[in-house]
Amino acid sequence: MAKMTMVQALNLALRQEMEKDDRVVVLGEDVGVDGGVFRITDGLIDQFGDNRSFDTPLAESAIVGMSIGMAIYGLRPVCEIQFSGFSYHNFHQIENHASRYRWRSQGRYHVPMVLRAPYSGGVRALEHHSESRETYYAHTPGIKMVIPSGPRNARSLLISAIRDPDPVIFFEPKALYRAFREEVPEDEETLPIGKSQVVRQGSDLTMISYGAMMRPTLEAASELEKNDGVQAEVIDLLTISPLDDETFVRSVKKTGRAMVIHEAPRSFGPGAEIAARLVEKAFFYLEAPISRVTGFDIIIPLFSRENSYIPNVQRILREAKKILNTA
Amino acid sequence: MPRKKINIPCKMEYLSILDEKGKLDKNLEPDIPEDFLLKLHRAMLLGRRFDERMLSLQRQGRIGTFAPTTGQEAAQVGSAAVLRPTDWMVPSFRETAAQIWRGAPMEGMILYFGGYNEGGRIEDNSKDLPISVPVSSQILHAVGLGWAINYRKTDEVVMTFFGDGATSEGDFHEGLNFAGVFQAPVIFLCQNNQWAISVPRSKQTRSETLAQKALGYGIPGIQVDGNDILAVYAAAREAVDRARSGGGPTMIECVTYRMTMHTTADDPKRYRTEDEVEGWKKKDPLIRFEKYLMDKKLATKEKFQEIETEVKEEIQGAVDRAEEQMRKFDDPLQMFEHAYAELPPYLKEQRAELAEELKVMHKEKQHG
Repeated sequence: MAKMTMVQALNLALRQEMEKDDRVVVLGEDVGVDGGVFRITDGLIDQFGDNRSFDTPLAESAIVGMSIGMAIYGLRPVCEIQFSGFSYHNFHQIENHASRYRWRSQGRYHVPMVLRAPYSGGVRALEHHSESRETYYAHTPGIKMVIPSGPRNARSLLISAIRDPDPVIFFEPKALYRAFREEVPEDEETLPIGKSQVVRQGSDLTMISYGAMMRPTLEAASELEKNDGVQAEVIDLLTISPLDDETFVRSVKKTGRAMVIHEAPRSFGPGAEIAARLVEKAFFYLEAPISRVTGFDIIIPLFSRENSYIPNVQRILREAKKILNTA
Repeated sequence: MPRKKINIPCKMEYLSILDEKGKLDKNLEPDIPEDFLLKLHRAMLLGRRFDERMLSLQRQGRIGTFAPTTGQEAAQVGSAAVLRPTDWMVPSFRETAAQIWRGAPMEGMILYFGGYNEGGRIEDNSKDLPISVPVSSQILHAVGLGWAINYRKTDEVVMTFFGDGATSEGDFHEGLNFAGVFQAPVIFLCQNNQWAISVPRSKQTRSETLAQKALGYGIPGIQVDGNDILAVYAAAREAVDRARSGGGPTMIECVTYRMTMHTTADDPKRYRTEDEVEGWKKKDPLIRFEKYLMDKKLATKEKFQEIETEVKEEIQGAVDRAEEQMRKFDDPLQMFEHAYAELPPYLKEQRAELAEELKVMHKEKQHG
């Protein structure tokens, strides 16, 4: 086992899948010689050649549209959209086609492609480089929306995404790319798509989060234990869609209290769907209102103020105390 | 410093072999076996009569909205005829005649436009993609298929269809650009039918031809008389041969005319004159091709009449089979099929919800 950053872990996933399966091909802007602007595809061109990891002209719609054709042919394209903020150029290819070919052809064709894109804030970037719009994709039937929260699960989930028979949008929290290292086993490891994980056991409160928000959430959970003796159960969604509600419903039936933490804007965000499912499936177990700690419903501010936008430990603690009636 | 001239290789040809009066340019006549010529004619006629039948089915409320192809049979059949069964066809939504040529069952189309998902089923042995409604978006899938063909080093080619309106969309330009860069074996078959719903070709682009747009991407382009099946065939043959032998993509602009409406929901009288339509009727691709076949002594008026009867029977068979199936399709739960490889738990729940609702409705019906 080696300690790796998320960048290295994602690179390992791509490398191992490309070694194993010549259907796996990487494409996008600057993914070849440059190895990607975040270096996720670093060295792939040297190992596999410019036919397996290739630079495309600068056109997101074509990158995704072409990947759809490649996937229908029988390849397993992994395309990189340089920043999720540029994925709106290709949105129609996902909404109109990637998500629908299986249905439209009534099972004759399917689109086993992965669209990777760095997303969310925290790296003092320019406009269009910091937003969290996973809901757009999670709202689209026919595709899957996956967001890892650390090097090890990023590696496992990317391998699962590449092998998935349906199109997967894989959003990488760019603030985590080099934020910390984890032991990542050299041997292959996968994680099921559509399954969340309980990453901390507890009986007083359920905290549901994903991506870069897992770290402040877990830190808040430790604080609650240390300062208030509150045992929070923490769930990492890992997949936003198809949403695994079984795990968090079971947890909330036990704890009676739930909060959702995400960086995406609040209205119609993943938290809204999670709260709705809890009301549908665990209403009579709830002992307090469901709390949402999220980004505000505004464009994420330019970087000097982004730390006030993105949920932090203090905000999570304040909201947690409200529903614990300890505020 | 004086301005310098940059010499850009620019060649734009217009190809017409059998003109609107049925006059043949012998020097350009493609070498097509006689039985194949008759096959082409039959496919054009079948396409025309099927279109007319679909229109009447729609007017009777037996199917929903569809986009008629009448007038564009030469452009569709002449180009698709050059493909091998192992090649790929990526249509937009107005390629019925080409799809039938490629083996798509007519009853499937009736079912599809009759509002049943099952009609969209692509046959297992088919290499055609289903129809694509968002204008020009399918062009990129053809490029992806073409890239994969190069990657696998096979001799397949891809032909993708689109209209004059599509050349204003970004995906068209991105597609041509990518195909040029990757030298993908793709034939971009533009059916310039003069109208994008109500917007004429002249308002779609300032450029003299649509084919010349290919030149900007380093791709050969050619404009052909799209109502002349011999010209379409010859141009498509050349493009397919080039693609198959590693020569990369080609764009073919077929100058044709949408003789009827954009879709059955459209009324062309609002934006174009009867005179214009009458003018194009004289250029009908079927009339001149029938004259050609008679001049070559390959067919007679009586022979055409026989084919008419056969074609109509074939269509009637498809209509009967489709309507028979429609009567059997009484399971709304089918809508959940093919959403994903495997239905996720929450979709199983939603499916069960509908099943429950249907059960209750059924009971209520039985109890009056």
